[in-house]
Amino acid sequence: MRNDSTVLDEAIESGSTNVPRAILSGPTGSGNFPDWFNDQQAAAWKQFQALPNPTRKDQAWRFSNVGLLDLTPFKFGGALPDKERNAILEQSRGLDKVAARLIFAGDQLIERDVVSDQLKKRGVIFQPLERAMVEHRELFRKHFMSQPATLGSAKFAALHQALVSSGTFLYVPRGVEIELPIEIFHWLHGENASVFPHLLLVTDELAKVTVIESFRSLDRQASGFACGVNDLITGPGAKVAYICAQNWGTNVVALQMNTTIVDHDASAMSLNLHLGGKYSRFESLSRLSGEGGRSDLLAISVANGTQEFDARTLQDHVSPHTASDLLYKNALDDRARTTFGGLIRVEPHAHFTDAYQKVRNLLLSDDAEANSMPGLEILADNVRCTHGATSGQIDKDELFYLRTRGIPVPVAQRLIVSGFLNEVIQRLDHEAIGDHLRRLIDDKFANG
Amino acid sequence: MKTETSAVNINRGIGDFAYPEVHVRDAGTGLSEKTIHYISDVKEDPDWVREFRLRGLKTFLEKPLPTHWASKDLEAIDFDKIRYYLSPGTATKRSWDEVPEDIKRTFERLGIPEQERKFLAGVEAQFDSEAVYSNIKKAVGEQGVIFVGSTEGLKNHPDIFRKWFGKVIPIGDNKFSALNSAVFSGGSFIYVPPGVKVKHPLQAYFRINAENFGQFERTLIIADEGSEVTYMEGCTAPKFNTTTLHSAVVELVALKGAKIQYITVQNWSANVFNLVTKRGLAHENAEVKWIDCNIGSRLTMKYPSVIMKGRKARGEVLSIALANDGQHQDTGAKMIHAADETTSNIISKSISIGKGRATYRGLVHVPKHLKNCKNNTECDALLINSTSRTDTYPAITVRGTGNAVQHEASVSQVSAEQIFYMQQRGLTEAQAMSLSVNGFVNDLVRQFPMEYSVELKRLIELEMEGSVG
Repeated sequence: MRNDSTVLDEAIESGSTNVPRAILSGPTGSGNFPDWFNDQQAAAWKQFQALPNPTRKDQAWRFSNVGLLDLTPFKFGGALPDKERNAILEQSRGLDKVAARLIFAGDQLIERDVVSDQLKKRGVIFQPLERAMVEHRELFRKHFMSQPATLGSAKFAALHQALVSSGTFLYVPRGVEIELPIEIFHWLHGENASVFPHLLLVTDELAKVTVIESFRSLDRQASGFACGVNDLITGPGAKVAYICAQNWGTNVVALQMNTTIVDHDASAMSLNLHLGGKYSRFESLSRLSGEGGRSDLLAISVANGTQEFDARTLQDHVSPHTASDLLYKNALDDRARTTFGGLIRVEPHAHFTDAYQKVRNLLLSDDAEANSMPGLEILADNVRCTHGATSGQIDKDELFYLRTRGIPVPVAQRLIVSGFLNEVIQRLDHEAIGDHLRRLIDDKFANG
Repeated sequence: MKTETSAVNINRGIGDFAYPEVHVRDAGTGLSEKTIHYISDVKEDPDWVREFRLRGLKTFLEKPLPTHWASKDLEAIDFDKIRYYLSPGTATKRSWDEVPEDIKRTFERLGIPEQERKFLAGVEAQFDSEAVYSNIKKAVGEQGVIFVGSTEGLKNHPDIFRKWFGKVIPIGDNKFSALNSAVFSGGSFIYVPPGVKVKHPLQAYFRINAENFGQFERTLIIADEGSEVTYMEGCTAPKFNTTTLHSAVVELVALKGAKIQYITVQNWSANVFNLVTKRGLAHENAEVKWIDCNIGSRLTMKYPSVIMKGRKARGEVLSIALANDGQHQDTGAKMIHAADETTSNIISKSISIGKGRATYRGLVHVPKHLKNCKNNTECDALLINSTSRTDTYPAITVRGTGNAVQHEASVSQVSAEQIFYMQQRGLTEAQAMSLSVNGFVNDLVRQFPMEYSVELKRLIELEMEGSVG
């Protein structure tokens, strides 16, 4: 695929070929990547092949429907017809005001709004991976795939590394604060297509940035596979907010592995909104490696039909005087299933840890199933750690109250569910992004 | 069940707890079909029991160790070096002088009577508890309660016990229930007739016979409709034992409207692997309550469960675990809701001292189309030293609407202000600490029978010694 050079001013040609290839045939090794990168991909592929498939007997996959992880039908690469490209560009609407934007379709960069010259001058780097690995080799190599996937998906992290062909590299230097959010879109298009979205965010001391990533399918019914990795490296005193708005098509199997490293006095906040997919697993590890660090982990799942959302988290307190706070809320309708497996781990000597973890399930149907495994592993004594898990349904009194005010039952139910989920969005404290996420949730309620 | 009751009402001396004394016998070490036949021969098992044991052996050998989720420490068990059957006559004779000093001191501090000390330390195989339990014996005898050992229960009352034996916990439930099924001996089989409310707790501790403290005891308690019974096993005194594997199976059956309360105080010496399967079946309106207190052993893995099979059944687990240096208390609870309007409650408190590790592992299951089921789980952990460790691993599955499940856990340490406040009033730091810890478990300890709660408090004080300063 030739890129339109007027749109993609400096973009380099992507390494993917025009002919789609089966995922299970492995990396092509023929892209425009540097040799060291090709070698890494080949090694990762070997690792992927060597690692066993997950089974339900693995603690990390308990309650998961591992039967859905058959990768045989899925392909990667392939051409993007103009009609589809235009449709994707048309529909890539998120926030009104952004600092910069990248749009990927089938792992090819199809449009970008670069950061302002002013930010560029101050050293902000916002580039597709394939370019960053050449132009900022040292910085890129230091952080790229430097965090092992420890929450169950090591095999899929290896698959990601073997087949990743583009993605986002964002570096914010010392003291630079980017006020407006940076927006990234990843699109799946075509039947049995696959994508390997990647985000590598590195912030230096006292930097500040907000990133929102949206995951969507052009054809809502097409089957597909997504296997993404995002690593957020937060420097001392930096403030990072990461928002993921996952809305893949209804027949997509998706895995996402997230690692956040929080340095001293830094603060990281993540919010993951899960709406789409047939099976969607999200692994989120937050490592508090410096004193005074704080991490907020937020998530919302709206599950209906036969959807399955599978969240695994680890709040890893390595350093003393750190705080983490997790709030996950699931609303489950029809025959949907959710699994939450979370762990707060306080390493030896990580005293004065303050960690909290809460998962709440709202069951809206008799066939929905919520599994919760909130865990604690505490190896230091001067700590305050609590967790809670609740499962319940809509409060009859609340429903009655709304009905007495003339609100019909379905509307009242929707209001109550929205209110239940809104608590999470409010924690983000960002009006524009909050409105955007609420709109996405309302769309799902309206369209099923 | 009523007709059965009259049938067993009863030609043997009811409440006659003494076993016929077995002569010197030894099955050697290791486990094979030969061992099983040997045990069955000695016990003169009926054929079906012998077959049950053989099936247990086969399952035990087939099943892998559960080390994909459990402690790797399990791999330290050498199954070939264990004596699986030790009849009373062969129990190693030990003189009082050989009993370690610290054990003797603990007896002293707990105020255990002279005679009991010798028994607990393994110096004497038997101790005469006639005086202590004669009241209980009289009471249950008049009420038609059957209270016998496992061998006797299966041999003499198959009409009552066979129906439920191995049904609540099938052979293949897990590797260690299979092992117990193969080599079980000792334990209590109890049947409480309909409507009978046993006033006094039945205590295994007082039904003394060397087999009682066996490694593979098997207990089955059946409470018939509307009856009530409390059973207590173990005692707060440390049991001095050279055997390293203890693997019991306890099955409880509470029929319609019955109540069973099962109290355990476990204080094995610190070399023992204590791997126990405990499960109760609660029928309509019945209640099964486990009070479980773990103080001793090297590794305890025990998750008392209740299957609430009938409408309005209730299940409860109250658990206290104390893990000191070299100990891992891996305990918890399982609540399986299988009928409408069933309620369950789990309260677990653990204290980790020194390098001790306390783990809560729980399972709550509410399958679909059940209405008005409720579960409440609370786990609180207290960490005393910077090297102490605690973990919480609950798994909660809820299907459908109309049920309410909540789980809460917290981990904390004794607050410095509390300690300061008490020191200000003249207590030493150690005294203040032990008072705080006792306060932490107080609301649970209060549910124990009087003499147990007094001893428990003393024991906690003992364990706390030397942990601060």
